[in-house]
Parts: sequence; structure tokens; C-alpha cells
Amino acid sequence: MIEQDLKDFQKITQKSLPTFEGLAQGHRACQGCGEVLALRQVMKALGPDTIAVSATGCMEIITSSFPQSAWNIPWLHVAFENVAAVASGVEAGLKAQVRKGKLPEKKICIVATAGDGGTADIGLQALSGALERGHNFVYVCLDNEAYMNTGIQRSSATPYGASTTTSPSGKHSIGQNTWKKDMPAIAIAHRIPYVATANPAYHVDLMNKVQKAKLINGPAYLHIYSSCPTGWRHDIDKAVEISRMAVESRVFPLYEVLDGRYVLSRNVKKPIPVADYFKPQRRFRHLRPDDIAHIQSRVDADWEALQQKVAATNPAPPEPEAGSNKKEE
Amino acid sequence: MAKRVGMEVSLGVSEAVKVADVDVIAAYPITPQTHIVEHLAELVANGELDAEFIPVESEHSAMSSCVGSSATGARTYTASSSQGLALMHEILYIVPALRLPVVMTVVNRALSGPINIWNDHSDIMSERDIGWVQTFAENGQEAFDLSVHAFRVAEDHSVLLPVIVNLDGFTLSHVVEPFEILDRAEVAKYLPPYKPVQRLDPEHPMTMGAVGIPEVYTEAKKQYEDALVRSKSVVIQAWKEFGDLFGRYYHPVETYKTEGAETLLLTMGSVSETAMTAIDKMREAGKKVGLVRFRLWRPFPFEEFFEAVKGVKTLAVMDRAMSPGGPCGPVAAEVRAALYDQPTRPKVFSFVAGLGGRDVQVSDFEEIVSRAEKYAEKGAPATYDLIGVREI
Repeated sequence: MIEQDLKDFQKITQKSLPTFEGLAQGHRACQGCGEVLALRQVMKALGPDTIAVSATGCMEIITSSFPQSAWNIPWLHVAFENVAAVASGVEAGLKAQVRKGKLPEKKICIVATAGDGGTADIGLQALSGALERGHNFVYVCLDNEAYMNTGIQRSSATPYGASTTTSPSGKHSIGQNTWKKDMPAIAIAHRIPYVATANPAYHVDLMNKVQKAKLINGPAYLHIYSSCPTGWRHDIDKAVEISRMAVESRVFPLYEVLDGRYVLSRNVKKPIPVADYFKPQRRFRHLRPDDIAHIQSRVDADWEALQQKVAATNPAPPEPEAGSNKKEE
Repeated sequence: MAKRVGMEVSLGVSEAVKVADVDVIAAYPITPQTHIVEHLAELVANGELDAEFIPVESEHSAMSSCVGSSATGARTYTASSSQGLALMHEILYIVPALRLPVVMTVVNRALSGPINIWNDHSDIMSERDIGWVQTFAENGQEAFDLSVHAFRVAEDHSVLLPVIVNLDGFTLSHVVEPFEILDRAEVAKYLPPYKPVQRLDPEHPMTMGAVGIPEVYTEAKKQYEDALVRSKSVVIQAWKEFGDLFGRYYHPVETYKTEGAETLLLTMGSVSETAMTAIDKMREAGKKVGLVRFRLWRPFPFEEFFEAVKGVKTLAVMDRAMSPGGPCGPVAAEVRAALYDQPTRPKVFSFVAGLGGRDVQVSDFEEIVSRAEKYAEKGAPATYDLIGVREI
């Protein structure tokens, strides 16, 4: 089924990047924001026949301060925890009207975007409902690993050891003392046709995944790494560099799950130490070497588990998929 | 052709939604709303209604999906009750702000706690300020007619606001009554297809739900409040046209035997019919009493209400919700505030009765009237009377 949906898939390359901009420049994001970079790439790949629905959060407030708007496509914001439900309604509304002859037949992509809090915490129920019901839409979680819009409070997607304003490091605290919730695994558990992780430092890979998500009939879930200089306390010119290190350290692996089949987008054979990834981010600076070693062992175990899923779901040796760039290995 | 049927009132509401030819229904089950949405699901399943039925995972998502659907220009409906309505609360304010003509039936039920599935008005009285047009039905025919009327008002281009039709849980929703249901062709004469003024459309991109900074927030609120206030004339006109077409006329404030009355009872919803029986009985006994009911609750029908209570000495307001720690029931509070600046006004006394499905009988209305008359003469307690409460 997924093959049929993807028959018109045309791979984006560095030379054929879409020129369309769904999100205009001149928004109010912080300097060096990695999240708005990812959002821009998503909207470029989706193109003009798109309706975007945003959850309350950084991306909503920076793009829609009346009377200004950074949106070149139709856009709707309702509240924080309900973006997947709103998108469900948009999808149903268009579907019914097309069927009843009230609107012309036209393929319109519906994309819902939310942060990690709006996805993994307060919006999880609405997301689960929408995935389970099988609406044809693309859900994008822009994961900057805390509630940045309200001032860097921890979420269930905050990584272990990160200091936030509600999981501060201190004499009696390592900072966040729980492990990051595995949102892609939760999406996969709904047995939807397409789940992928992406990262704006690998923009071609990201845009190809967005394209696939758009083409595939049914719900698609994209979990996108989004660095945050303000919340992670890193230098404003480091967003892309840190994003790349997240992948190269295996902290944020890039993969796709197509109808249950796991495909690595980037096989990181010689990972950099997690310590190197942590170093430019002051949210981790309180960690002691043994804390970092503990985290490193978890990252190693998670990578191994992912390898096993790839092996278990691919009878033949897996081939590199769209966006993997061997040259850089 | 309209046909007269004996039907459960809930199913009658579903039939009204069907003949209104809605495009999308998003609903989550809650007692006593369930029969409405079950029947709608059935109508969609058997092809009698061409609509998308979204079986959402919560009422919060029901209302959120309604926003998304209505924003595409689809005629959109939902129904809820009590805890479900309370769970929607956050989103309810956003619907009129986006000027989306969603229609909802609220099958009125008590709010927890303690948990109680039976009828009172505590659910809807907690949603007084959401900015929706709100009407109350008293019987099955009204539930049907007001549901059709709701779409007509909501989608009028000078309104473009969501509408709630209230009906009492169980005592109205679950009773079988004889009433007339209109067919699609008849309703089409009254309710034209919805033509959205603005909708989510890639050909004409627009931003909906933008941030309202302090410099614009007040003006945004004022705009939809103005629309709500203005909607009263559309509500009235749409009732008039309904009456001209189908022979049943409705008014924002309904009166019963108010001629020459010195004391009026004020009620809302299905208890009004019991109240009428009580009025008949008291009139026979020579008491100068009458009944006034709000059919339109939002926008508040000031002029019609002032006219209805003109020259009356005593007004006994029966609320079906409490305002714990407050001065009186919520309807009594509104009525007092509305009357305060009037040059002449009746004395208003507040009674709360019929909470959580407690039966309200003819004798309760007699008790309310006799207490109100006594208070008018000798002075009243500072707050309100809770009728029928057993002291422990």
C-alpha cells in the first residue's frame, strides 16, 4: 500500500530544493533558533496546497502576532493540547465537502505542528486519537526538549540530566531525573503507515521525509529535532552544528518506519562521544563524568535496540534510503 | 412533507440535524446526550445522512475538531452534557472568537461532585460567558425546531457565531413525545446552504487564530460581543420566518397567564410545563400569578424581559444551579442586575430547586410563590432558598 502511495515520490536533492516558502521571513523567533529552521524546511517541502494547524507554542507566537502573519499558506491556531484534533476536523471538513460536491476535488495536505510539550505531554491524548482514527494528515513534533515558550520548563521529552527551570540542577538534583519519552515509539505503536525522525541539519533528508509523509495516505508522524539556543544555553551560531552532533553521537538517530519496517537514514558507524555533544550546551554543564558515562551507556543501548529493530523488520540487508549521504560518513 | 411522529426527543434532535444536512459531526459519548449521537452515527452508517462522523477520544477533541471542520466551511455539529461540556470549556470561548457557526445541543445535566447523571442547569450556567447564542427548549417539538433554527442563526452573515440549544437531560431528552418533524425539502426553504465568509483555502491563504496582543485584544472581544448583541434581531427574525413557514412561533421571552399578575414565576427549560400546571391551579384558587420563561438566554433579551415583568410586584426566580457562596442562583443574579437600573422593578427572590434530577413538582412551585409573596411583604433572607432540601 505504501509503495502505491509513494509511486509519485520524487526525491529532493541539494540541487532541486523547493523554492516555495510557506513560512515567510521576518517572524519573531530568537536568534539562532533551530526549531523555526526545521519548520521552514517542512513548509518548503509541503508546498502551497497545504493547510497548517499549529499548537500554542513558540512557533505559533512568533509567526502570528496580529496584524502581522508569517504564513503564506492557510493557517489555524486554536489551543495548546488539541492540534491533532483540530487537524482531524480540518480533514473531515474538506473530505465531506468534496464528497458532497461543495468543494472541488483537490489534494490538500493537512499538517499539524506542535512542540514536544504539545505532543508528548498535554497533546498526547488528542494525537493518539487522531492517529488511531486514521485521518490523512501529517503530524510534526518540533522537539526542543522543554517548554521553551513559557521559559524552559521540563517536559517528558527533556533528556536525562538537562537542567531546566523546573528540573534545575542543584546540590540534591542532577536536573531532569527521568529519561526522555520515546514519542516515535508511541506513534509506531498506533501502526500508522509512516513514522520518521528528522533533523534540520540534514535538510535534504528532512524534506524527503516530509514529502513521503505528505504522499502517504493516512496519518504520518515526524519527530524533528529542534535545537534551542535560549533554552539549551548554547551560542546562537551553533544550532546546525549541535543538531549535527546529536545525530553523530547517536543521541538522536535518524530513521524511518514504513508500515512497520525500520530503515536507518544514517548509519553512524563511528559515533562521537555524548560528552562532546553536551559540551557546547550549558544545560548539561553541571554533569560529572560518571553522570555522562551513565547517559552514554543508555545511548549505546538505545542504538543497539534500534539496530535490532532494523534487522528484525528487514528480511534482506537494508539499503540506504532517501537522504542518507554516504559521502559524509 | 412534515409528519407527525411519536419519537424520543433525542432522536428528534438527530432528525433535525439530519434534515439540516450537516457535513461533519464530532462527538464523544456522555449520558444523557448519547442517544442523539448514536442515532446520528446510525443515520451516517445507513446512508441517510452524508456526513463525516468523527468518533473523537474526548469532548475537548470534539469541540477542537468542530473548530477545524467549521474553519473549512463545513456545516458542523456536536452534542454534549455536564462533565463533557466542562471539558470543552477552554475551546468554547475560541469558537465565537473565530466566528465559526458550530451548532451544539447541550443535554443539561448536573456537574460533579458528587457525580450525578441527572438533570439540572449547573453545566450550562458555568458556560454563561462563552459568547455563544444560547436557547432553551421546553418540549420535543421545541427541541426539533430550535435545532433547525440554530443553524439558520449561526450561519447568518451578520451573526457567524456558534449556537447552543439546551434541553433537559432525561426529563426531556429521553421521553417519547408526539411532534412534527420537517423533511429536507421543507427545511431547505428555511435554511439555505452555508456560505462561509472566510475559510481555510490554499487559493486564498489566511491566518486564523492569531495572537491578540494588548493593543488589539479588547477590540477583538468587542467585535464578537457586538455580533452577539446584534444577533438578537436575527434570532427573532428567524423565529418569525419559521412561524410563517411552519406555523409555530417562538419568542425570546415567553409568558403564560401574565395578564393582571402581581407575582411571576421565572423558569427555563422543561420544568416550565410543570410550572404552567402550577399556575393554572393557583389561578383557579384566585391567585394573581403568571409565568415567564427565557427561551433566549444569550444574548440576554433585555427589552422583551422588561416588557414581560412590567407592573409586576414580585418575581420568583427558580434556578436549577447554585452559585456557592454567592448572593443567589445564576439566573436570579442576572435578572437582578438587568432590572437594577429600571425606574420601576419587581422585588426579585431567588429559589434553587431541582438539582441533580430532584423532581420539581407542582407543590414546589406553589411553595415558591407563597414564600416569594411572604418575602415581598415581610422581607427576605439575604441569599436564596434551597427548595426541598432535607436538613440533616
